Amino acid sequence: MRRTTDHAPNESSERTPMSGPNTNYDPVEVSALDPANIDAAVEEALAAIAAAGSLDELKAVRTAHQGDRSPLALANREIGALPPSAKAEAGKRVGQARGRVAQALATRQVELEAERDERILVEERVDVTVPAVRRPHGARHPIELVAQRLVDAFVGSGWEVAEGPELESEWLNFDALNLGPDHPARQMQDTFFLDPVDSGLVLRTQTSPVQIRTMLEKEPPIYIVAPGKVFRTDDLDATHTPVFHQIECLAIDKGLTMAHLRGALDAFVRIMFGPETRTRVRANYFPFTEPSMETDFLCFTCHGEETWGSAEPCRTCGGSGWIELGGSGMVNRKVLRTCGIDPDVYSGFAFGLGIERALQLRHGVQGMHEIVEGDVRFSQQFGMEV
Amino acid sequence: MRMPLSWLAEYTDLAPGARGADVAASLVSVGLEEEDLHGGDLKGPLVVGRVLDFVVEPQKNGKKIRWCTVDVGQNGQMLTEGKHQEIVCGAHNFEVGDLVVVVLPGAVLPGNFEIAARKTYGHVSNGMICAEDEIGLGHDHEGIIVLSRLLGEEKAAALSPGDDAIALLGLGEETVETNVTPDRGYCFSVRGLAREYWHAQGSPRGGYRDPAAIAVPAPNGDGYTVELKDETPLEGNEGCDRYVARIVRGIDPSRPSPSWMQKRLTQMGMRPISLAVDVTNYVMLAVGQPLHAFDVDRLSGSIVVRRARAGETLTTLDDVERTLSPEDLLITDGGEHPLAIAGVMGGASSEVAATTTDVLVEAAHFDPTTVARSARRHRLATEASKRFERGVDPKVTAAAAQLAVDLLVEHGGGTPDPGVTDVDHTTDRAAYRLDVTEPSRIVGVDYPRERVLGILRDLGCEVVESGEGADDVHVLVTPPSWRPDLVDAPDYAEEIARIDGYNNIPSVTPTPSGGRGLTHSQKARRVVADALAGAGLTEVLSYPFVSEELADQLMLPADDDRRNAVRLANPLSEERPLLRTSILASLVDTLRRNVARGHKDVAIYELGLVFRPGGPLGTAPIPSVASRPDAETLERLYAAVPAQPRRVGILATGLIEQAGWWGPGRPADWSDMVAAVQAVSAALAVPVVVANDAAHAPWHPGRCARITLADGTLVGHAGELHPKVLAALDLPARTVAAELDVDVLVRASEEPVQARSFSTFPPAMTDVALLVRSDVAAADVEAALRSAAGDALESIVLFDVYEGERVEAGHRSLAYRLTFRAADRTLTTEEVNGFRDAAVAAAAARTGAVQR
Ligand SMILES: [Zn+2]
Repeated sequence: MRRTTDHAPNESSERTPMSGPNTNYDPVEVSALDPANIDAAVEEALAAIAAAGSLDELKAVRTAHQGDRSPLALANREIGALPPSAKAEAGKRVGQARGRVAQALATRQVELEAERDERILVEERVDVTVPAVRRPHGARHPIELVAQRLVDAFVGSGWEVAEGPELESEWLNFDALNLGPDHPARQMQDTFFLDPVDSGLVLRTQTSPVQIRTMLEKEPPIYIVAPGKVFRTDDLDATHTPVFHQIECLAIDKGLTMAHLRGALDAFVRIMFGPETRTRVRANYFPFTEPSMETDFLCFTCHGEETWGSAEPCRTCGGSGWIELGGSGMVNRKVLRTCGIDPDVYSGFAFGLGIERALQLRHGVQGMHEIVEGDVRFSQQFGMEV
Repeated sequence: MRMPLSWLAEYTDLAPGARGADVAASLVSVGLEEEDLHGGDLKGPLVVGRVLDFVVEPQKNGKKIRWCTVDVGQNGQMLTEGKHQEIVCGAHNFEVGDLVVVVLPGAVLPGNFEIAARKTYGHVSNGMICAEDEIGLGHDHEGIIVLSRLLGEEKAAALSPGDDAIALLGLGEETVETNVTPDRGYCFSVRGLAREYWHAQGSPRGGYRDPAAIAVPAPNGDGYTVELKDETPLEGNEGCDRYVARIVRGIDPSRPSPSWMQKRLTQMGMRPISLAVDVTNYVMLAVGQPLHAFDVDRLSGSIVVRRARAGETLTTLDDVERTLSPEDLLITDGGEHPLAIAGVMGGASSEVAATTTDVLVEAAHFDPTTVARSARRHRLATEASKRFERGVDPKVTAAAAQLAVDLLVEHGGGTPDPGVTDVDHTTDRAAYRLDVTEPSRIVGVDYPRERVLGILRDLGCEVVESGEGADDVHVLVTPPSWRPDLVDAPDYAEEIARIDGYNNIPSVTPTPSGGRGLTHSQKARRVVADALAGAGLTEVLSYPFVSEELADQLMLPADDDRRNAVRLANPLSEERPLLRTSILASLVDTLRRNVARGHKDVAIYELGLVFRPGGPLGTAPIPSVASRPDAETLERLYAAVPAQPRRVGILATGLIEQAGWWGPGRPADWSDMVAAVQAVSAALAVPVVVANDAAHAPWHPGRCARITLADGTLVGHAGELHPKVLAALDLPARTVAAELDVDVLVRASEEPVQARSFSTFPPAMTDVALLVRSDVAAADVEAALRSAAGDALESIVLFDVYEGERVEAGHRSLAYRLTFRAADRTLTTEEVNGFRDAAVAAAAARTGAVQR
């Protein structure tokens, strides 16, 4: 503890030592309490504080002007030696002086810290345009994504997804679909047969056997969407591939009509090609269905404007304004009977399309090669959702 | 099927001003798809030319062109001052002296292609020698048209340079080509197409003139003897149930068919041959009844229709000797000598020849199945077989024969025999009892009764009241003879909808009563695919066809089940006759293709089915389709289909992390494959166990992880591929791979995850370094530590592996951080040390580990 003695501030001759009871009177220290000297010390301190250009410099300034050996500290120490009458005034003067210096130090500290923080941010600047990806991104194959898109929309409307094997029994792939061994339509399909050929097994030429399997095993109502890989003995070219993907929908319920078929088809094309599109339909022939229907949808590029014979016919539809979607129809009664469903109670419809073609149309894929070759650049364009 | 508009106009009234495109659109509206339009869109001069000379000039681009001098008659000569035309031609299928079709400057070819004299290959070419497709005659572009080949020598001989080729080839007129579906055999005739066009116009009264509605003499006993002797009908259907034979004698064999007929045949895409042949073809095109003309002098007195005998042969018109099957139906001379395969092709021996004066015209009705099988067996898809397969009108037979007789008489100067043979075993079809409200229920459009009946009558159906009372909804419908496809209500419904207009069908969204969404398996498979894509792998799809050598290249052991591959009977390439038994088997091709395209750093995966018969294929039954097969048959059917598990295959080569400003890249190694497996495992929340597998092809024996479920079920393998496999498959060194059974993972992820509770007290960590023999698996050491560390053990992390000077040879040091945390308190140092010591003791006991 420090004992101080009161003294009159203006009685300099009677100044007493400030610190320690045994300290002798020191004229220098006494002069330290001189108001002019205090002001000078403050001014010097303020100037040094202002001049401090860095936190390190400020630290030195702090030591010099606020430290134990700073003039104001020394002055403060002198107060104790003053007569009690002088102590108050001198204390006040020194206190104010130290206050000003402390204030200035604090202010400058904040300023310099702010400057430093600012400078660090500037110094830490990087060029964010340099490459950032160390591990390349992956991607899904767009065939899978297109199938998912269609599947999800139908599942959202209460349909379910059905699947089946790719290597399938001939009976499920043909006979049960009303494609008997002599049916002309059966000859149109180029089927991969297995060795031995009398095994009764084929690589499925369509996803329709999934429909048969479902109808054989499940009681109506049936609302299924069946995506999958199918096989035909076509060589790879711009429009054909021996392995491709179909998606088919089958509905079996009481009271279903061709109008429901058309409604489902409309939903289908809107999912793929936008809400503006619409369909037109005409008769066709498919053994699996009767009546059968062929569907075109409005070209999403030219919106049905006929550009036949013009200088630049629409490249999407070839100028007709319409794009062929695929075959459909009301499930043939023979097929229902084969599957054990009473055609007098239930009716249903089925339709399908090639996913490769949908991908080509919707995403402007020109050929078939890029879809099947597995070049990673192809998948990587599409990311994880289409 | 093609149809010139003038021919159509003979049988029905064309809409005023209708052009080819309008006719095609009308036919489309009733369900006949447009195939093409020919003719009508070109402007001459298009003339007959004679090639006088040519010089072959090789070109820099490797092509050889012919610099031809062509006589194009007065027309052409006048264009270039009386000289013969000089024309550059790229084709080589003609000789000096051939008559060709020349288009001259000023002409316009289909597609608005204007012809001008133009400089090409260093010459001024005055026009062009035409190929079929260039003038819209056909699709052939193999070479230019040589008229003697297109029209026949005889016909060509009558031509002179300068003759108008537009008229000659019927190109001035539009010809519509439609695609005929298998159920509409009657549309393989102008008669049928005209009827459909008439329907498209609203079936106006009197607007259709049936060319087969002609007077036909009644059959009599004086005709040529014909016997129908099918002793083995197919599926109960007599092979031939009607045979009309008519004879015309004294035809002048030198008289050609009239030019109008030749022109039409050319327009229809057929080649005029001789009067007798042209007439049979013409009548077939007109009414859809294939006819055959026999030379009476080459017959011995009677015709017998019977099935072939085993070993019998016939040389058909195309000069191929064919060995016949007992299923083939034959037209025979006197029951012995085969004359023709019924409905498919005639034989060479009885063919009408240049000297034939007496012709027997055959108009018969053959069983579609019999003809279809014969056509397929002998690979003979002819104009006749195409029609019989789809069903020919059994009532047009006699009229067709009469039309042929009339034309032979008119143009050949012959006389018809009074004898008329018509052996007719056909029976009239029974009427169908149609509920007239049924079409509305099927289509979803409310068709009034009168509309239904009106359409049925327009179609040629005979419709009578059911006789069951005035309120009865039923009528008795007998379809027209040319419509074998009309059998039951849906068939009639389609006709009503088609003629009323398919586009009148409204769009009504079906409303399923709520599905269950995607199955767990379907969702889990997406998770697997998304997890791998999220881990930086790119999904691809590969063809499942693989070579026989692949199993050896993959170093599969002799008894490996992956050698049991399914073989295709008709592979696209003999080099790849097998179906893959693993995803990697075909994914390696995709990797190689990517590498060949300059992608050095590739990480790909494929999710798909593999084919695992597990041995020789069984035989799948082919049950009747009349009703649902019984449960036992269905069971056999399903069981005969080989197992096709769903797998995911992964391959990576090159850098898995790229080099860049941050430093060098990191090559993919075995651990990236284990990490990919772990990514899938984490995404499905299915823990897997990783173990060293020293012998699993095609992996490197020292760098292969065997992946199992906690219960030991095999999930798959991951690691680096065997260097020999990589060399054999021409893949980059150090390529890494994984293959997992997705079905196993999906099943394992079905059970809902049961949450563990976790402590909020502070963790206590302690490190141990264990010295073990190098052949001890880290996973085993970890398992041993876990087994004795107690319930408070939270995690074990292997944070360092050291092998080198500082440890004993043949050993390595494994540094583990053990983290403990009790559920109910803060653990003391003493407790933690106790747990650690127990764990280390267990590791020492089980793996020989020594704490360092
Ligand atoms: Zn368009």
